[in-house]
Amino acid sequence: MKYWYFPGCSLKSTGRAYEESLLAIFKALDAPLQELDDWNCCGATSYMSADEEQAFALAARNLGLGERQAGTGGNGGPHLVAPCSACYMLLLKTQRYLAEHLDLARHASAGLRAVGLTYEGKIQVRHPLDVLVNDIGLERISKLVKERLTGLKVASYYGCQVVRPFATFDDPWRPTTMDRLVEKLGATSVKWPLKTRCCGGTLIGTIPEVGLRLSHILLQDALRREADVMITLCPLCQFNLECYQDEMTKQFKEPIRLSVLYFTQLMGMAFGIADATLGMQRLFVPPVRVRTTQEGGRAVHV
Amino acid sequence: MVNGQRFRWVRRSMKYQSELDPGFGEKIARAAYGEKLFSCIQCGTCAATCPVSHYMDYTPRRIIAMVREGFRDDVLNCQTIWLCASCYSCTVDCPKEIKITDVMYALKQEAMSQGMYPKRFPIPILAREFFRGVERHGRNCEGSLMVKFYLKSSPLRMLKNTIIAWKLWRTGRLSLRAEGTRDKDTVRTLLRAAKQA
Repeated sequence: MKYWYFPGCSLKSTGRAYEESLLAIFKALDAPLQELDDWNCCGATSYMSADEEQAFALAARNLGLGERQAGTGGNGGPHLVAPCSACYMLLLKTQRYLAEHLDLARHASAGLRAVGLTYEGKIQVRHPLDVLVNDIGLERISKLVKERLTGLKVASYYGCQVVRPFATFDDPWRPTTMDRLVEKLGATSVKWPLKTRCCGGTLIGTIPEVGLRLSHILLQDALRREADVMITLCPLCQFNLECYQDEMTKQFKEPIRLSVLYFTQLMGMAFGIADATLGMQRLFVPPVRVRTTQEGGRAVHV
Repeated sequence: MVNGQRFRWVRRSMKYQSELDPGFGEKIARAAYGEKLFSCIQCGTCAATCPVSHYMDYTPRRIIAMVREGFRDDVLNCQTIWLCASCYSCTVDCPKEIKITDVMYALKQEAMSQGMYPKRFPIPILAREFFRGVERHGRNCEGSLMVKFYLKSSPLRMLKNTIIAWKLWRTGRLSLRAEGTRDKDTVRTLLRAAKQA
């Protein structure tokens, strides 16, 4: 099955490694991702300064584009894959609100008509994690694993908006999809209760006194639980958790250093895909690569 | 407090009903698509589950109560609405299914449209610059958004973040080139038509 791909602004700049590794993974799994042509902003932060009607119309254009480019026929409509948590949640929210509130739908469809589009509500908004684990399946993924990540302790961080408020494919507080995936790659999933606690989102830029602390709590706890890497599925979470580690070390007087990868990068590592293809050179803190050989000649991360 | 100073601090701690805005609750409920706002039982689950409630001047529970009763100025002038990071914890946990995050968004919108926020306060600046960029190009450019945001809110903080910016630049994660939709007018046409409908 073909999937349509909605990148959003972050995957083209601060989250480039996410795009690179995501495309590499889907290619390896023989599930092509086609970028939505002429996509526009999902509308994330514009909520506050725009009218609701405008924000939803903005997101609806992407849904309309998807339906036009993919066609609405076929099994359950086309699938639009949105890797950024904010885009994913916002596109889903748009879909639900347009179905629930006729007045909103009227505004959105007037906007769409002005640019020659329609939206029928057939398209399905999906997150790549959901597609990978529930459509493609863990069996197919484990067949591609060339270098098992034995011994690597991974803290899976889901963040907020992928699981909340809609909880489409997992529990809003205690999701396990990514943990199951990690185990399939041969790594150990760290038991970690903070996996859906907020990283601070844009607060790290706007009110750093609060935002920095929220991210610090997550990193500190992952380190206490002896995680070697943390994996995320959102470009903003990754940015907050990785790029401000020096700031945190200074401010909280406690060394904070932990590599924060996208879950697709971790999969790529296990698949034996070259680092440059996965965007590893874009990380501030490269992942642990020291391997020792256990008795019997198996490679182990320590 | 020392006796002599005491009377300087005398202040009425309750509002007269005439000082409230009776239509405020309705207005916010409508903007947040949440008629359920009025069924709040004041249990405090939202305050307990919120990861930033300990920084807030009023907890989300109090905000709901105040909105409902029409404490317009107090609510729009408080810090709480700006501290909400939209993690949707409260929305998921609320036993009465009130979409509290949407209420917070509606309050932010209302405060912005009334200009009720401190001068150079970063959040409205970020939101406005973000929207302007999207209006102009159809997409947001993270690099130029960051630059505009820091210049307008706090240039000093931009200096503090130069190392991060430099690292992002070096790893190819920061671009100032604005990408956009092919036809620059598309988004503007869409937004105008959606508003007028």
